[in-house]
Amino acid sequence: MFTYTLRRLLLAIPTLLFIALAIFLLLELSPGDPMADMPLTIPPEVREQMRLALGLGEAWYIRFYKWLYMFSIVEPSYVLANMTGIESLAVEGQRIISFQTRSPVADIVAQRLPQTLWVVGLSYIFGILVAVPLGVYSAYRQYSWVDQLGAFVSMVGFSLPTFFTGPLLMLVFSIWLGWFPIIYDTTLVVDSLQDFGLQLRQMAMPVFVLTLYNAAQINRFMRAAMLDNFTQDYVRTARAKGMSEKVVVLVHVLRNSMIPVVTVIALGIPTIFTGAIITEQIFRVNGLGQLLIIAIYASDFPMVLTLSMVFAILIVGFNLIADILYAVLDPRIRYD
Amino acid sequence: MSGARKLVEVKDLKLHFPIHGGLLRRQVGAVKAVDGVSFDIFEGETLGIVGESGCGKSTCGRAVLRLYEATEGSITIDGQDISKLSGEALRKKRPTMQMVFQDPQASLNPRMTVAGIIGEPLDEHTNWDRRKKLERIYELMDAVGLNRDFANRYPHAFSGGQRQRIGIARALALNPKFIVCDEPIAALDVSIQAQVVNLLEDLQQQFGLTYMFISHDLSMVRHIADRVAVMYLGVIVELAPVQALYDNPMHPYTEALLSAVPEPDPSAEVRKDRIVLQGDVPSPSNPPKGCNFCTRCPKVMPICREIPPETQEVAPGHFAACHLIDQQQIAGPTGGTGQEHNQTENQQGEEA
Repeated sequence: MFTYTLRRLLLAIPTLLFIALAIFLLLELSPGDPMADMPLTIPPEVREQMRLALGLGEAWYIRFYKWLYMFSIVEPSYVLANMTGIESLAVEGQRIISFQTRSPVADIVAQRLPQTLWVVGLSYIFGILVAVPLGVYSAYRQYSWVDQLGAFVSMVGFSLPTFFTGPLLMLVFSIWLGWFPIIYDTTLVVDSLQDFGLQLRQMAMPVFVLTLYNAAQINRFMRAAMLDNFTQDYVRTARAKGMSEKVVVLVHVLRNSMIPVVTVIALGIPTIFTGAIITEQIFRVNGLGQLLIIAIYASDFPMVLTLSMVFAILIVGFNLIADILYAVLDPRIRYD
Repeated sequence: MSGARKLVEVKDLKLHFPIHGGLLRRQVGAVKAVDGVSFDIFEGETLGIVGESGCGKSTCGRAVLRLYEATEGSITIDGQDISKLSGEALRKKRPTMQMVFQDPQASLNPRMTVAGIIGEPLDEHTNWDRRKKLERIYELMDAVGLNRDFANRYPHAFSGGQRQRIGIARALALNPKFIVCDEPIAALDVSIQAQVVNLLEDLQQQFGLTYMFISHDLSMVRHIADRVAVMYLGVIVELAPVQALYDNPMHPYTEALLSAVPEPDPSAEVRKDRIVLQGDVPSPSNPPKGCNFCTRCPKVMPICREIPPETQEVAPGHFAACHLIDQQQIAGPTGGTGQEHNQTENQQGEEA
């Protein structure tokens, strides 16, 4: 297992390098100019100097190499130094600078991350907490009213996009009922019970929209996997042994049904970090998804490249974690 | 046998699977998988159940252990009617009655070790400590001829025969009195079949077990069973001690079944006069009027298409459900139909 993990990690390096190059070249080829926002009154020669100051004067492969060096050595060292509080860990050198704000990309990401993790992460956890028990029960009592209701809600969650459910909730709960604020206020500092209540209220709608979406997907997978296993012979064996229904369902069937569900859950975790781009836009949650969209609009190449790369690493990483979990869940899978 | 105690008494067992149809999914009919079956099994004996595919053998076996809910009828095991027991009481009763399943691969949980599979009933039904449980697991593995070193392996690492041994050890874990063997050898190679059947016989002697042995392998049933019941389309058409049934079958279906047994001697095989049944088994959701077998019976009479035959005791311990028996009794042993009947019997006798 260890050698397998190591081999997979080593294989991930060329994969990620290729992804980085592909994203870099795509951005290079894309139209758009980081100087486009600047006033037209700026004389062309000054404009050119500003371009050079952003590092755009050099050939693409030199810029790619420099970005790669900063991304893999300099930025991680700063992040580490910030997390541990030991300043000496930071490697001296140029950091990746956002074209828009002229501040290090890592710092902006660090500011944005908590919002995304709170809203999207919470909705993901809620989604799992709702979907897994509901899926198990739906399969156990197939075609019961709980199952039918679960199927209906899942269908709604699947088929209605978040840009529909989001404004719908806003209309009902913010405008008609006035329960929740429309705009998510990132500057809110939670230091009293009242502020905490406010925070809960502003999180309620985005979290609900995303929970519905996540739960719909996981619930269907859970139910299908459970149904697959309920018809297996070993379930009858377990009942013949005189196991209680609890043991039959939770030990025998649930454990054997977890593989597809673990895949869906593990592969979905990177999306917590990438943020729900649309939902964050609708509710004005300035998380990572919104950051990425704004960076793309502004042709902020370092920001787009760095964020995309972080997402790529997360996706590759959670793929690996899912594969390792398979071996934990199924003794027939061995990676030696 | 008559002196022995009845361990299992099944009375008029019916198991109908509902068919739902139409817009509102109402019940529009039922698959009558088991349709009024009665038999007793005495302590320490083996009752063989034979019949072709789809005749309800396995369903009957599962219903007897209440792995399916019976539609009607009573099942008394060890003096207790289990057809009415509630969930928890039934679970407490499970150690007495166990089952060995047909497919040794699918019936074992692929994510549990051998020790886990065999030991799980002990976790549920005893309060032994770990050491005692492990001791019992090893003891059972010895009893079925599995190497103790294999205790921590998973089912996929075993051959079919070994897996069936795991299944048998699992069934034995709680010292059951009664075991339903649902085609335990059907999925195995012929060489392994003998091993498993011999193992079952040894265990029967050793632990005084009572078996209900479901199979479509007539030679194997002849070898292992004390009495045999022949099923056709959800009913028992004939039930007799093994010798009587094989030597002197009363029901035309039994005759047809027995004539289908392959003959090892090629010259005898050529001469053999097989009774080849025409057509297929009728659908159990729509059985024919009268006798279930009337659509394929070579000796069908008008009465067979009208009135279902009653089961009657032809000889001591030999039960059959066929109108021919009445005819025979009326016409006497030398009567027309009876003679024809006897000829076939003689053939069977020669082959045996």
